[in-house]
Amino acid sequence: MREVGIIGAGLTRFKEHWDSSLRDLFVEAALKAIDDAETPEIDSMYVGCMSSGLFVGQEHIGPLLADYLGLKNVPTVRVESACASGALALRLGFMEIASGMSDIVLVSGVEKMTDCDDPTSALAAAADIENEAFFGATFPALYALIARAHMDRYGTTREQLAAVSVKNHKNGAKNPDAQFQREVSLETVLNSFMVADPLTLLQCSPITDGAAAIILVPLDMVKKMKDRVVKITGSGVASDTIALHSRKDITSLEAVRLAGERAYKMAGRKPEDIDVCEVHDCFSIAELIVVEELGFVEKGNSGRFIEEGNTEIGGRIPVNTSGGLKAKGHPVGASGIAQVIEIYKQLIGNAEERQVKNARIGMAQNMGGTGASSVVHIMEVAE
Amino acid sequence: MSTQKIWRERIGRYRLIGQKCKGCGKVLFPKRLICPECGGRDFDEEQMPDVGKIVTYTTVYVGPKFLELDTPYIIAVIEFNNGVRVTTQVVDVDPKEVSTGKEVKLVYRKLQAEGKTGVIAYGYKAQLV
Ligand SMILES: [Zn+2]
Repeated sequence: MREVGIIGAGLTRFKEHWDSSLRDLFVEAALKAIDDAETPEIDSMYVGCMSSGLFVGQEHIGPLLADYLGLKNVPTVRVESACASGALALRLGFMEIASGMSDIVLVSGVEKMTDCDDPTSALAAAADIENEAFFGATFPALYALIARAHMDRYGTTREQLAAVSVKNHKNGAKNPDAQFQREVSLETVLNSFMVADPLTLLQCSPITDGAAAIILVPLDMVKKMKDRVVKITGSGVASDTIALHSRKDITSLEAVRLAGERAYKMAGRKPEDIDVCEVHDCFSIAELIVVEELGFVEKGNSGRFIEEGNTEIGGRIPVNTSGGLKAKGHPVGASGIAQVIEIYKQLIGNAEERQVKNARIGMAQNMGGTGASSVVHIMEVAE
Repeated sequence: MSTQKIWRERIGRYRLIGQKCKGCGKVLFPKRLICPECGGRDFDEEQMPDVGKIVTYTTVYVGPKFLELDTPYIIAVIEFNNGVRVTTQVVDVDPKEVSTGKEVKLVYRKLQAEGKTGVIAYGYKAQLV
């Protein structure tokens, strides 16, 4: 396998983009990445998108987006794994370069959610439509079921759940690309209206428009062109049952644990090696359990771990320095790529006020549905 | 939900009929073609019990469009004594009375009002025993 590096990255601001279409958002992010990479040539393109069909009524977006980006005749693949579509697109681009099949691959993610009048139902399509959504289980409801089970078993508290949002908003306030650039207090999170008990509005990631893109090339090419070189050293993917109720343990996210283990193994790293991590905090409880599954804290202890500040910038393992999906925003198909861009910025020392000191090894964890799919990448500063 | 789909899934949803794996004895609901436990492909039909226990639950305040008028409503994971779990609503109850471990009985109810095709879908919901 060839070593794979990142040579360029770009993203739109994450927010409600009333004046931009799906294709506008994609092209803006992709052009930024191409300009950053200083290479106009693209051999092939992947785009992660959960549901252009339900959100904007458009399918076949691979060629559509290549066409609007001016990439005539390139091979293009649209990748779907619900909210993990972005990271899975990156994984496929990584494989294409590692295999030697292509040299310059654009990997991207996009979602235009605000054109849709029932995004709750569109998102529910990432669950088991016939056995969960059909009965009225929304995504917040499914994660609330997980949260209740975690509280029952481990004594996790409402305050510990809310602390995830407080921390992520604190980081988001320092991110000019974030949808919500303001801090919130624990009381504000707890007193925001209840969406699905125990999850309040400020513990649920928002409806967001946005796109993100990265250019991947063989590592040698990055070394010739960039001062600060970042390579992808680990890539892990795993799946699990589509319905939450089919899992033996509702408080675990097995796909996350396995994707993490596979990425650690490929990179030859362990949890203690990671300096900074972006995780899939679609709901507050998700971040808590993911931090456990990735091995940063023992099972059941994540509530106290985050309450004690271990995941803040400057803490033992800074998590979601970008603001996470909660504050940065969650254009579902774009989130997995945006997470990797945040880690890339941290590793090249370009994360401004959010910079983690001496960050040399980073991780990004993306997740689909209630954890029926998960993708984990490890990135490192190359010598 | 289309008419065709409602019709196809009627046996499971209306009568709670699942299956038992002839290879390992695992009970599955709804029916599948392959046992996820042992890979077996031979099954006997199996009637699900109509009583179970609440494994976890939530009160939903923001629902999808088809349930907009029903909020707040309760969603729970219910476990039967044969190990099968389902997700459905707990109805006819004050949310304060619902808690983990409580016994419920499944009842036949309207699930979704008229969809695009105008057909009403029925199925199971749960009541506290
Ligand atoms: Zn079996």
